[in-house]
Amino acid sequence: MSTRKLVVIGAGMASGRALEHLFEAAPGQWDVTLFNAEPRGNYNRIMLSPVLSGEKSYGEIVIHDDDWYAQHGVTCRFGEKVLSIDADAKLVEGEKGVVPYDKLLIATGSTPFIVPLPGHDLDGVIAYRDLEDTNRMIDAAATPGARVVVIGGGLLGLEAAAGLRLRGMEVTVVHLMGHLMDRQLDESAGFLLRKSLESRGIDIRCGANSKEILGENGKVRALLLDDGTELSCDLLVMAVGIRPNIALAKEAGLATGRGIHVDGQMITSNADILSVGECIEHDGAVFGLVAPLYDQAKVAAQTLLGTHATFVQKQLSTKLKVTGCDLFSAGDFAEGDGREDIVFRDPGRGIYKRLVIEGHRLIGAVMYGDTADSNWFFGLIRDGTDIDDMRETLIFGPAYQGGASADPLSAVAALPPEAEICGCNGICKGTITDAIAGGATDLGAVRAQTKASASCGTCTGLVEQLLQVTLGDAFQMPAAQPICGCCDLSHEDVRRLIKAQELKSQEAVWQELGWKTRNGCHVCRPAVNFYLLADWPLEYRDDPQSRFVNERKHANIQKDGTFSVVPRMWGGITTPAELRAIADAAEKYAVPTVKVTGGQRIDLLGVKGEDLPGIWADLNAAGLVSGHAYSKGLRTVKTCVGTDHCRFGTQDSTGLGVKLEQILWGSWTPHKVKLAVSGCPRNCAEATCKDVGIVCVDSGYQVGVGGAAGMDVKETERLGDAATEQEAIDLTVAFIQLYRENAKYLDRPYKWVAKVGLDWVKARVVDDLDERARLIAAFDLSQSIYRKDPWAEEAKRAPAFQPVADLTLEAAE
Amino acid sequence: MSWIDLCAIDDIPLRGARRIKTAQGCVALFRTGDTEVFAAADRCPHKGGPLSEGIVHGQSVTCPLHNMVFDLTTGQARGEAMQIQTHALRIEDGRVLIDGAKLRARSAA
Repeated sequence: MSTRKLVVIGAGMASGRALEHLFEAAPGQWDVTLFNAEPRGNYNRIMLSPVLSGEKSYGEIVIHDDDWYAQHGVTCRFGEKVLSIDADAKLVEGEKGVVPYDKLLIATGSTPFIVPLPGHDLDGVIAYRDLEDTNRMIDAAATPGARVVVIGGGLLGLEAAAGLRLRGMEVTVVHLMGHLMDRQLDESAGFLLRKSLESRGIDIRCGANSKEILGENGKVRALLLDDGTELSCDLLVMAVGIRPNIALAKEAGLATGRGIHVDGQMITSNADILSVGECIEHDGAVFGLVAPLYDQAKVAAQTLLGTHATFVQKQLSTKLKVTGCDLFSAGDFAEGDGREDIVFRDPGRGIYKRLVIEGHRLIGAVMYGDTADSNWFFGLIRDGTDIDDMRETLIFGPAYQGGASADPLSAVAALPPEAEICGCNGICKGTITDAIAGGATDLGAVRAQTKASASCGTCTGLVEQLLQVTLGDAFQMPAAQPICGCCDLSHEDVRRLIKAQELKSQEAVWQELGWKTRNGCHVCRPAVNFYLLADWPLEYRDDPQSRFVNERKHANIQKDGTFSVVPRMWGGITTPAELRAIADAAEKYAVPTVKVTGGQRIDLLGVKGEDLPGIWADLNAAGLVSGHAYSKGLRTVKTCVGTDHCRFGTQDSTGLGVKLEQILWGSWTPHKVKLAVSGCPRNCAEATCKDVGIVCVDSGYQVGVGGAAGMDVKETERLGDAATEQEAIDLTVAFIQLYRENAKYLDRPYKWVAKVGLDWVKARVVDDLDERARLIAAFDLSQSIYRKDPWAEEAKRAPAFQPVADLTLEAAE
Repeated sequence: MSWIDLCAIDDIPLRGARRIKTAQGCVALFRTGDTEVFAAADRCPHKGGPLSEGIVHGQSVTCPLHNMVFDLTTGQARGEAMQIQTHALRIEDGRVLIDGAKLRARSAA
């Protein structure tokens, strides 16, 4: 078969893919001449953002190198512009001469749209399209303190902004619409994206209308917004969109609209001219993402080969290529009649997922923070799969589909009326169903009337199922439990909003988050107080009046209203002098019970409230400080004697325990935290059932987390292995800070880890060294406020522990 | 009525409480707002918890032992057939005064 002449205008990703298909199916059949205005061949334009950010080099994103072109006999005319096409004579005229063709493939792509603002032609105003633009941005970023304004908060603009920020520039993004990436994201995801970008130091202005680009000596100086704001800049990047590049085709007399008109076989209005890529218009649509371009390339190759193939437009999905901003959107996610949403939010982890369902099909999806299952969802949208059967677990992804699911309701329905539901309060099923029959139709009402699930809460699920069994459809299973009756928000939502809206006082939380009560209640106040002090250690001060009595009194209240006092014994180590001081104090204040605790220290039980400042002062004088045996904070670090004395010890477990306790003490946490360090795998300190338990081995330290030995019993899971003592300390501190930042109040670490997953924790504490360092620094910052002895502080205000007045004499008069 | 001066209002922390000793046992003063103070028995009728150690919220206090919630305007427990004795207070020039006659009357009864 004789070779035929193919001329290709534009060496982009679409035409490159078409050539690959062509050479693969029919090697040697076509004699190809390839024009490209850029002085290079086909490279992966999508990866320009990583080049801009410095994460990749140009060499890494080349798709076709010189060898490839040579191997396939392609005559490359790179850096040469095509001047005209003579469709009648079948000639292409380049700057350096004319080339005849049998078939012509136009792949001229698109040009960036430059908003015709006054000043758009100033030096320093550029688009973001090709390697030249990218290199100009990289050059501009080389000047320390250089400022850039990016117009356009879409995919390209944000990638440019993030890349330039990574290169050290001061970046402002100006976006016309109310939220970022408004064509791909809904408001919630746009908000999360904005927070994430702002946390990297990118200034974002949404709803901002550009008015004029101001210059000085022909060079850009600032962008003026129509509200009068002037944003000074050394570089202005326009990333507001692209337009099909159709000038050449139009001059050649081809039918064009927004793009070059093509049919399903990628043939233009001239039978010998094909076109693919961003320059075309097919069935009213133009294209900007790579997936349809590759489909077009395949069809064009087959058309050239004489095989029938048809291009079909498909659903598209989008991902943003900014490291750390994990987002995905696909399909149609506008709200509308007959459409239903399934929304999953995990604010602590910055995760948002929204599925849009119409009829029995998934028609749209927006995800932020966790896009691992995005391909699966995209498949469901694309294929129009009937999702009715998996609707309940759909949002959790493919791992939760299939397999028989036992109906928990049938199990609850089968229980006899005398079956105990709430172990804490001794409430049986009959009591609860009677209450429901009597009008308690939600969890709060059942709790108020029967006390079921009002204590530890582990039976909450059972009570809810009882409500469902008894009331049927009349009972709406709450999606996320609000903290309490004071608000409609879950713990997770409140934590997220405190961070996102920078709420730094309880008043701000009550006001901004719509509290329905004057100042909360005994359920929400301690939680909100903790969230505020954990997120804003410098701005917010702990509020004793939002603390449960034990934490306000720095002692544990006993059933008779007296208190217990537990001084700290670092790592369980004490001295004769300390023991003498404890004995003296116990005698002086007539302490009825002295007990050795499970955490390797001594508990003085039965101290009167008004005696607390006195006994603390005495213990302080001997160098003893509060053991925080009462706090949602670090309790004890239990140790064995390790290499100091034990013939099996592999490391200095006691020393490590003491160090950990000295670093961690005083810190507030969502719930209490107990640690242990064992000197060898015989594990005498019982480290494997602690919140953090370290087991020393010959090679170093095994750090386990998420153990429990209370209401639940659970062995720790391995967070990681540390070679050095310092690394073991770092892992521990980073883990506790991550827990402080993310867990729900009153979730012990094992519950929190079960919710977020150990892998998620490992990714931040073990794998990501930057994040580990950030966590440790954040913990240290908080400890600069809270690592102090509350007894010493409280002992100074002893009068507050006494009655404010004594009327016993008055009354006797 | 004979009003007895107890303390300055600022001796009681906002959303906190202080106790006074009386012949019938301790009475708790709850400061629910800047200029709003209630007085009620310090002892929870359920298991004797010290209400002055509870969390003060709205016009209520939650017992620190078992989370009984009492409305301080009436002394009525929320959702329980329990009540605590309340006492009339007056606030004058930043001082908190209690109705002494009532305290004495009750002790005589």
